Amino acid sequence: MILRELSGLTGVWWREFKVFWRERSRIVASIISPLMWLFIFGSGVGAHYSVAGVSYRDFIYPGILAMTVIFGSVFFGLYIVWDRKIDVFKAVLVAPLSRTSIFLGKVLGGCTDVLLQVMVLFLFSFLFSAIDPRGLPQAFLFLFLSSVAFVSLGLAIGSLLKSLEGFQLISAFVIFPLYFSSGALFPVDRQLPSWLDVLVMLNPLSYTVDGVRGSLMGIHHHPLMIDFIVVSTFAFFMVMTGSFLFSRMKI
Amino acid sequence: MTNAIEAEGLSRRFGRIQAVSDFSVTIERGEIFGLLGPNGAGKTTIINMLITILPPTAGQARISGFDIVREAAKVRSQVGVVFQDPTLDTMLTGRENLLLHARLYGMKKRDYIKRIEELLQLVHLKDRADHLVRTYSGGMRRRLELIRGLLHRPTVLFLDEPTLGLDAQTRARTWEYIRTMVGKEGTTVLLTTHYLEEAEEMCDRVAILDDGKVIAMDKPSRLVDSLGGVVIILDAPTLTESILKDMPFVERANHSHGKWEISLNDTFKNLPLLLKRVGPINQLELRRPTLNDVFLKLTGRHIRDEAQEDAGGWLEEAFRQDQRGRS
Repeated sequence: MILRELSGLTGVWWREFKVFWRERSRIVASIISPLMWLFIFGSGVGAHYSVAGVSYRDFIYPGILAMTVIFGSVFFGLYIVWDRKIDVFKAVLVAPLSRTSIFLGKVLGGCTDVLLQVMVLFLFSFLFSAIDPRGLPQAFLFLFLSSVAFVSLGLAIGSLLKSLEGFQLISAFVIFPLYFSSGALFPVDRQLPSWLDVLVMLNPLSYTVDGVRGSLMGIHHHPLMIDFIVVSTFAFFMVMTGSFLFSRMKI
Repeated sequence: MTNAIEAEGLSRRFGRIQAVSDFSVTIERGEIFGLLGPNGAGKTTIINMLITILPPTAGQARISGFDIVREAAKVRSQVGVVFQDPTLDTMLTGRENLLLHARLYGMKKRDYIKRIEELLQLVHLKDRADHLVRTYSGGMRRRLELIRGLLHRPTVLFLDEPTLGLDAQTRARTWEYIRTMVGKEGTTVLLTTHYLEEAEEMCDRVAILDDGKVIAMDKPSRLVDSLGGVVIILDAPTLTESILKDMPFVERANHSHGKWEISLNDTFKNLPLLLKRVGPINQLELRRPTLNDVFLKLTGRHIRDEAQEDAGGWLEEAFRQDQRGRS
């Protein structure tokens, strides 16, 4: 029984990886935008400003990793709307397999895609003098947990949506607000207007950015343990919510 | 041994529409059973209930002895499904589609590796097995779906319009494949189609559905024989309905495409009488009745008149949209 679930789960994961690998030219495309943020936006602003003792370009590196994770993950999850529309999912959903296993296979598939992109960005980390490469594994852990959380969020929303038209809305009302209020592009300190400070505190992505920045350059607002607890609790909660909504999704 | 399929009073209602009412049947192992009827008759709804993706609103059914509601997981491992709309993963190759299926059904590696090769061979897809499904023709896709449905050795195979959208030649070939594969493994088949000639040839038994109800269920040959001997096809320009109504031995008459199709209640005896009164005749043909005639007799309509080639499951779709509007 458990073996069968596991076989199905890894099967779904394998499928996602196959498809992703077949279109690996997409990795290049998905890396372009973060690189532009780092090397054009970051270098431009960094020429005038430095933050917390590091150049602005270095400062936003963790934020851009978080951006890559949230965009890649949520959109991967939302993609099931399309899968359902073209019916490929029907054959998966009639298999003698619990929806939870299918869901987890999808989550792992999405994480794999996104974390491969993260690793490509890691290759550029030597260009950023503020980064201590010994912190990369810990940063990776934060990004992995966040990816689990946001793929689950994408799948949760995707199982509720009926058509692809909702994509713009999700982008405008979920992804961009989370990204911009996460401290990815600015330091979280006393100078923030209090309303923004509240937003940042409520935003789970802030704790990812804080954790990654703390791991890579020792700059952080919360103790890293707090960041870790918040990010993993959020991931756990999103997996539960996502798998619940996914199991109730109509074929 | 338990029966392959047992249904008692199986019913499904969508809002105010009764899609299937009181469907009861017992299908033995190894039987090929056809569900026939126009679109919207409830064929796909019956299949969806039996494969556990749509809960019935009344009645019950068992597949190989397992209840479709209470033992859905067991039912799922017992059935293979070929949906009406293609559900192959076009981003994967043919072989990869089969590998994925094997893993989803928890098959053991030593079990599926050889079987996949055999099945590919059987439907002549071996050469193309490593090409993306995106590049397959319609007939190739159907064949791949067929062997995918059989890969995990189901006791019951559901085929929803397996030849829809294929050209006549490919249709014939597809049936041949179905017959070979099913015969070899002794699989029970429940299929739907509105190509009645094909059903007549393939099925051990058929149920004719109209408006969610079974209006006839028997061996195709028995249903056809019940109509009596022959159908007379007449091209007689001056013939009218009132002339035919005057002749009590005319059992049924139907005018379509400029020709009359007439059945007499006593095969040939009154044929001379009929011919004497129909006026000038351009053309005369006699043919054996078919399931189409059975359908015509039972419903007063041609099945093809209503069957749109691509409108499967419209009722459920309509229901979904209805629900959406409300929520």
